[in-house]
Amino acid sequence: MTFGAIFRKSKNELEKGGRLPETRIESDIEMTETCPVCAWGNPISDLGTQMHVCKCGHHFRISARQRIGYLTDEDSFSELFAEVVSKNPIEFPGYAEKLEELKRGAREPEAVICGTASIGGEPCAMFVMDPFFMMGSMGAAVGEKITRLFEHATQHNLPVVGCTVSGGARMQEGIMSLMQMAKTSGAVKRHSDAGNFYLTLLTDPTTGGVTASFAMQGDVLVAEPGSIIGFAGARVVEQTVRKKLPPGFQKAELLLEHGFLDMIISRAKQRQIISSLLKMHKREES
Amino acid sequence: MIEDTKKEMTAAEKRAAERKAREERVRILREKRAHEKANAEIRKLEKTPYDYVKGARSKDRLTSLDFIKGLFPEFIELHGDRRFADDPAVIGGVGYLDDIPFTVLATEKGRDTKSRIKRNFGTPNPEGYRKSLRLMKQAEKFKRPIVCFVDTAGAFCGIGAEERGQGQAIAENIMELMTLKTPVLSILIGEGGSGGALALAVADEVWMFENAVYSVISPEGCANILWRDPEKAAQAAQSLKLTSKDISALGIVEQVIPEKSKDPEKMLHDLKAQILKWYATISTLTPDELKQKRYERFRKIGV
Ligand SMILES: [Zn+2]
Repeated sequence: MTFGAIFRKSKNELEKGGRLPETRIESDIEMTETCPVCAWGNPISDLGTQMHVCKCGHHFRISARQRIGYLTDEDSFSELFAEVVSKNPIEFPGYAEKLEELKRGAREPEAVICGTASIGGEPCAMFVMDPFFMMGSMGAAVGEKITRLFEHATQHNLPVVGCTVSGGARMQEGIMSLMQMAKTSGAVKRHSDAGNFYLTLLTDPTTGGVTASFAMQGDVLVAEPGSIIGFAGARVVEQTVRKKLPPGFQKAELLLEHGFLDMIISRAKQRQIISSLLKMHKREES
Repeated sequence: MIEDTKKEMTAAEKRAAERKAREERVRILREKRAHEKANAEIRKLEKTPYDYVKGARSKDRLTSLDFIKGLFPEFIELHGDRRFADDPAVIGGVGYLDDIPFTVLATEKGRDTKSRIKRNFGTPNPEGYRKSLRLMKQAEKFKRPIVCFVDTAGAFCGIGAEERGQGQAIAENIMELMTLKTPVLSILIGEGGSGGALALAVADEVWMFENAVYSVISPEGCANILWRDPEKAAQAAQSLKLTSKDISALGIVEQVIPEKSKDPEKMLHDLKAQILKWYATISTLTPDELKQKRYERFRKIGV
């Protein structure tokens, strides 16, 4: 029997803003995370050393902190705007309670972490979204943090490296979340018009209002292998067109083929390639 | 003499009787008016947010094309995105408002089954957004103001739309619009659905018709995701705060256009005057001032 099957994550766990599997430690059984591609039960203790990538190449979803650890130079990350957190602007039923619950349980207080760091010695401003906080959805706090980061980067002539993972706009904030698409886009445009470099690393999944704003506005767009990247959810598309979706629909590999990505980079090579790109786009004055 | 008095009295009586009848008629009409007013108010008070959604989607509402025809009699439609196709869900072109040439952009739902199918029910493909951006850049080049009419359930959720970069097309429009160096006015005339509507509503001012709605997601979609039950759409509509009253209270639109008048001619006449008034003011700004104001307009929508 495979332990993987026992500890398979439920599909809705992320949407519930739940916990990572390692918090459910059982006494003498080695915890594993089953690969959805090859079904291999990866021992949790091994995943950290292999950057949460299965031997078949499947990239497991990771938290924003883990990603910062994989991408940036040791101790180089300095967090910004951590004080900005979600409120309940349209008094959506149940949302305040949900935020309270997340405050107690989730490891991050918001769906994005911002800061400055260096990657292979190259300084940059950085935002990294977190799939474990309401599926990385964008509310006013996420929009505000990302906008502030771009404004900070514009002011200091810093390039921005943005890692996206998101279910889209956060509907519990209604129209306020939709407006964040325009707000963040404005800050990205100012940063761009000032001659600064912006690289987006799109990871699984990047959808909805995030795809339709800052995720797609980078000078260079790179993605993690196998990531779902799209605007509408696959199920919604299927229901709309009443057809079976073609193989590879919304996968990073298909987006590359259709010209919507510059490249796909495996997790192990991201730091080195992003560092090279930052170096090549370095501004003389900075 | 007697006869005369009698005659005179009869005339006075007649006048008094007439006055009395007039007063009675006025009283009845006043009562009737108060009654109708009360009824209208009751209807309004009883109208739920989901009723507003259904109303905004109603086939009886004016579509963008009605506004274009009514306001820009010499409108010339321009087609195509110069990349792949022409999207009939988005109408673009040029026309005069008085003697000022405007670039006009709109999502168009269509009026009957045939035109609705042709227009893809007002849900644009990426080509619609790329046509829109092309014509907005053209407006900037020729220093023409832009007016957009927005009426869409959202961007089309199709296989081809995704493969041709629906998200990328909207993202590019929003980003370019943020710094477009010409005045932009967007008017939400019916349904304002999500990013697909926002792609034509990153403007210096956004106006909204009293019975229009503006939302990040359809109430049905919201109910489906949150409660796995599309039947709870009415509850979702209530929670999403999508009516013009709520949207205005949240500071998202500059003005709500009342829909009291049943006369579309008068409504269009008033709207034209308002657009011209808006342009007279905003055209005094330099391109840099315009960009700065537009940035601040969205920048302040925070936590
Ligand atoms: Zn595997």
